[in-house]
Amino acid sequence: MIKLENVSKTFGRGVDEVHALHNISLDIGRGQIYGVVGASGAGKSTLIRCVNRLEEPDNGAVWVDGEEITALQGEGLRQARRKMGMIFQQFNLLSQRTCAENIAFPLEVAGVSKSNRKRRVQDLLTLVGLEDKARAYPAQLSGGQKQRVGIARAIANNPKVLLSDEATSALDPATTDSILELLKDLNQRLGLTILLITHQMEVVKKICDHAALLENGRLVESGSIANLISNPLSRLSRAFFPPIIEVPKDSTAVQAAITFIGGVADEPILAKLVRRFDVDVNILGGSIQEIGGKRVGQLQVEFKGDQMIATLEYLRGLGLRVEVSE
Amino acid sequence: MSFEEWFPRLVQASLTTLYMVGVSTLLTVLFGLPLGVLLIVSDSKGLSPKPALNKILGVVVNLTRSLPFIILLVVLIPFTRWIAGTSIGPTAAIVPLTIAAVPFFARVTESALREVPSGLIEAAQAMGSSEWQIVSKVYIPEALPGLVLGVALTLINLLGYSAMAGAVGGGGLGDLAIRYGYQRFETEVMLVTVVLLVLFVQMVQSLGDRIAAKVSKR
Repeated sequence: MIKLENVSKTFGRGVDEVHALHNISLDIGRGQIYGVVGASGAGKSTLIRCVNRLEEPDNGAVWVDGEEITALQGEGLRQARRKMGMIFQQFNLLSQRTCAENIAFPLEVAGVSKSNRKRRVQDLLTLVGLEDKARAYPAQLSGGQKQRVGIARAIANNPKVLLSDEATSALDPATTDSILELLKDLNQRLGLTILLITHQMEVVKKICDHAALLENGRLVESGSIANLISNPLSRLSRAFFPPIIEVPKDSTAVQAAITFIGGVADEPILAKLVRRFDVDVNILGGSIQEIGGKRVGQLQVEFKGDQMIATLEYLRGLGLRVEVSE
Repeated sequence: MSFEEWFPRLVQASLTTLYMVGVSTLLTVLFGLPLGVLLIVSDSKGLSPKPALNKILGVVVNLTRSLPFIILLVVLIPFTRWIAGTSIGPTAAIVPLTIAAVPFFARVTESALREVPSGLIEAAQAMGSSEWQIVSKVYIPEALPGLVLGVALTLINLLGYSAMAGAVGGGGLGDLAIRYGYQRFETEVMLVTVVLLVLFVQMVQSLGDRIAAKVSKR
C-alpha cells in the first residue's frame, strides 16, 4: 500500500550536511499498522513526511496505493494528498474554527457540497466520540479530544492511508491508550493502512503488527512483530521487554531469558522440562505482556544440572526464543 | 475667535479627517493585505518561494516607509493629480495617505501571518489544499485578531499623517490646529483639537482591542 524505494534526503550543505535518510526502502501492506521507531533525530519525521511530500526526497521513489507520489506535481499531488490522512503531535487544528469546522476543512478543500459536508462531519464526530463538542473551539478541548478531532479530520475524505507523526507523544498514558484504541478500531473497521512514527515503544507494542527501527537515517531492522520477537538478535524486540536483571550466579549455573509467544505460553513447559531432564530450575523474574495483539511472556531463569545443552536445545526446539547470558 | 465661530469649523474639520482617514484605511487594507500575503508567500520559506520578487517587494516597501510623509506628499503630487484629477483638497490627500500606509500595513500583515504556526500550514498542505485555499482558509482566518489590531494601528498612523494633509489643502483637524491654534494663537482651538485627537486614538485602539479579543478563539 505504501512503498518506499531507496529514499534519501540530505539537509544542508558542506560542513552542515546532515543525512536525514539513507536509502530507505519499506513495503507496507494493505491494512497493516506499521510502526517506525527511533530516537529523536533519527530521521523518522523526515521519513513520514516524504510519503506525502511535505518533505521532498532527494532520491528514490514513493508509491501509495499504486500511484507514484514522487512523480506527481501540482494538482496531481494535491489530489493524491487528499487520499492520505495525516495526524500530528501538536494536533495542528485551526484555532479559529470549531471542531465541526476543522473536520469540514478537508471536505471543503476537496470540493464536497455543503449538505454532504454537514452529514459527513456529523458521522465523523460520532465515530470519534465527540458529538457534543461540535461547536467547541480547539482551545476548549483536552489534548486527547484535540487528537480525536485531528483523526476525524484526517479520515474525512475516506483515505486508504493514515500517516501518524508522533500522534500520541504529547498525551498522557491513559489518553495515549484511548487514542491507540481508536486507531486500531479504524484500522479494523475501515481497513485503514497506518504508518506511524514514534519514539514510544509502548505504541508499537500496543497496536503495530509490523515495525522498523531507524537509526541515524538508516533502517537497521524491520519486519513483522511476531518475527522480531522470535529473533533473539532483534534490538527492537529486546526493547519490548524489561531489561534483564543481573543476578550473581555460581559458575555451574546457566542464566537464560526465555520468551514465549502465543500458544506456547499456555503449556507447562518448565514442569515438563524438569521431569524430562536432570536440571534444577530457579525462576529469577518474569513478565507477560501483550505485543501486537499476542500474549508474550518472558521468564528469566537459572538452570543448574548436567544436561544443560540438551535442555537448551529442547527449549529452542519448542520454538521458544532462548537467550543465554554469559 | 468666539465659540460660535470656531465650533462649525471644528465639526467640519472632524468630518474631513474622518473622511480622509476612513477612505484611506479602506484602500490601505485593500492593497496592503494582498501585498503582505505576497511577502509571506514569496518568502524563501513560504508557500511558493520567489526570492527575486520577494526582494523587490521588500525594497519597494522599505523605500516608501523610509520617506517622511511630508516629503512623500510633495513627491507624489503628479501621481495624485493623475489619479484624483487634482492635487489639493481632502480627496487628493487620500492618495498619498494610502500610499504611505500600504507598505506599513503590508508589514503588519506580514508579521501577523508569520505568527500562524507552520504546523497549521503543513496540515493544510497534507490535506491537499491549494495555495489560495491555504491563504484564504488558514493564514487570514488564523491571523484575524492580529490583522484587526493592525488595522487599528494603521488608522492611528493615518490620523497622524492626515495632520500634514493641510500642506496640500487637505483640511482636517491637524490643519485646524496648525492654522488656528498655532499660527493664530487660538489656544482654545488648539486644546479642543488635541483633546479630540487623543479621544479618537483612544477610541480606535480600545475598539481594535475589543474586536480582536472578540474574534480570537485561541
